[in-house]
Amino acid sequence: MRLLPLTLKSAWNRRLSLSLTILSIAISVMLLLGVDQVRKEAKRNFINTISQTDLIVGARSGPLNLLLYSVFRIGNATNNLSWQSFEEISTHPKVKWAIPLSLGDSHRGFRVLGTNQDYFKHYKFGGKRHIELAEGKVFDHVYEAVLGATVANQLNYKLGDNIVLSHGLSSARFADHDDKPFRVIGILKKTGTPVDRTVHVPLEGISAIHIDWQSGSRSPLRLNAEQTLNMNLKPKEITAFMLGLKKRIQTFRVQREINNYDQEPLLAILPGATLSTLWGLLSNFETILLVISAFVLVAGLIGMLTTIISSLNERRREMAILRAIGAHPYHILLLFLLETLIIASLGILMGVILLYSMLIAVNPLIVDWIGISLQITFLDWQQLTLLAVILVVAILISLIPGIIAYRHSLQDGLMLRL
Amino acid sequence: MSQSVVTFDNLQFRWPRSSRPVLDIAHLDIKAGEHLFIQGPSGSGKTTLLNLLTGINQPDQGNLNILGQDLCAMNSIQRDRFRADHLGVIFQQFNLLPFLGIMDNVILPCRFSRHRLSKAGDLETTARQLLDELQIPGELISRDVMDLSVGQQQRVAAARALIGNPEIVIADEPTSALDTANRDSFIDLLFSRATEHGSTLIFVSHDEHLSTHFSHCINLADINSILLENTP
Ligand SMILES: Nc1ncnc2c1ncn2[C@@H]1O[C@H](COP(=O)(O)OP(=O)(O)OP(=O)(O)O)[C@@H](O)[C@H]1O
Ligand SMILES: [Mg+2]
Repeated sequence: MRLLPLTLKSAWNRRLSLSLTILSIAISVMLLLGVDQVRKEAKRNFINTISQTDLIVGARSGPLNLLLYSVFRIGNATNNLSWQSFEEISTHPKVKWAIPLSLGDSHRGFRVLGTNQDYFKHYKFGGKRHIELAEGKVFDHVYEAVLGATVANQLNYKLGDNIVLSHGLSSARFADHDDKPFRVIGILKKTGTPVDRTVHVPLEGISAIHIDWQSGSRSPLRLNAEQTLNMNLKPKEITAFMLGLKKRIQTFRVQREINNYDQEPLLAILPGATLSTLWGLLSNFETILLVISAFVLVAGLIGMLTTIISSLNERRREMAILRAIGAHPYHILLLFLLETLIIASLGILMGVILLYSMLIAVNPLIVDWIGISLQITFLDWQQLTLLAVILVVAILISLIPGIIAYRHSLQDGLMLRL
Repeated sequence: MSQSVVTFDNLQFRWPRSSRPVLDIAHLDIKAGEHLFIQGPSGSGKTTLLNLLTGINQPDQGNLNILGQDLCAMNSIQRDRFRADHLGVIFQQFNLLPFLGIMDNVILPCRFSRHRLSKAGDLETTARQLLDELQIPGELISRDVMDLSVGQQQRVAAARALIGNPEIVIADEPTSALDTANRDSFIDLLFSRATEHGSTLIFVSHDEHLSTHFSHCINLADINSILLENTP
């Protein structure tokens, strides 16, 4: 242990270059852990875009497609399903709740979702979080709309404003349902999910704006908003629906029943599993990020090696003196090992501290910006293993200057090379 | 007659990458308490001889007996321990570790040798006493080693070589960086301290003027049967 104080004092003598080395290791460790942390958080948030929904049902197509349009409002359903099927399945004895979804219209680039009040009661994300109102209330009337946080924020809407929906996804003027405006009755809190970018209206509202439309164009027969209210606004078709079951364990059975439904071809998917598949497709870029930060770390370690090797010559005298006093060449090797151990440990420690300071500092901004709250957790075993690997690699690297110094001190003997 | 502390017999040594040996010494005997001066021109193999004596290098042939122990029979760890326990070394220059204080430099050998630690007693007191004997004023002790003059540095190095009373003190041209007055006073101090602490002193230098100080002088060329390359 007499070597430790020697190492410390010798290192202290070279503190400027060594502290820069420590800083560069700290930054690369922070980067590596940071990318890993953000990646895991992004995945967690993504997988939790929708939660506690057991099945999503749509007309038969691909599972990814169904997930994309029903949850992420990306792409389009090729087919709708009948209201009858929805009613039949949602009253199935194993079903606890059901949320109908009707998609296809838009408002200034944001998708419009026709649904009912069950949506606000049962839709959950991020584990067990409900959709919450920031202001106003849930729609109760045909021409009322509840806006996602981003919609309200970007388009600067307040409660009581009137908005006009467009037919289809284009915002071209001619397709506007301008004869039947909707009043903003509620604005939701930020969720960090596609809900933020959605305009929610009642299913009856969707029926109302389409009542005088036939296959994508306006029919000559026009009905105004008031007249429409007297018509039968019960929907004939919806795009998809979400199911919550009484018992989780029955999910696969119900899924099978729906997939074999004889009235029309339907597809039921498990959102969690399909989300994981989708994440797998998206995760190439995170690998790239990780590889880049690994290279940054390699650069940091090479920097450490350079610093230590460049100090070798000036330390040659130090080694010869220690040898004369009775140090064995393996003491010399140990001296370098200890020094690297200290530098690398300090670098890692500082990197972890930097990481957490950064996460704590940046978290409020991220919540504001994308609505995702980074959960600040302790390093998981995988990250701890990574740190251990970094330490071991650093020690292995230190063998290079260590062995050079070892050979010098064997060669030099009592000769002081000046 | 006092007993031998060092005996060489038929000692031969060649540096690994060199074609011919540098040293071939038939016999050398160094007595306990002796102040031996070994003189030889530059490149004649004085430092090499000290490397053998301290166990840093091993002879290719012959016997090397120090303090009754066969150095050639030891492994490298034992030789290093032996050096730490029984030998004090003073170099030509730059003897001190710049990042340690004067005190820490002096007591350094006791950190590598339990034997010398136990012989030194209370480190702080012993070190102060040695420094005092070697005429390092007390107020200098808290200074940075780099602030000392070359002569003062050499005296601190002597204190380090003497702490824990090693049986043998080896000095490799310790005065070559000093002026004549400093040189003579350094040698006087070293002699009196070595005598007082009962150490045998082996002192090498190319400077034959120093021989007047010593009771026993050897010219390396007289005992080494290898001729220097550039000598006619
Ligand atoms: N580490 C080494 N490796 C190979 N050869 C060496 C080594 N050290 C010394 N030599 C060679 O051994 C010979 C003797 O060198 P040494 O250093 O012992 O001489 P010296 O008498 O101490 O000289 P000086 O008075 O200049 O210190 C020289 O020819 C030198 O080149
Ligand atoms: Mg020499």
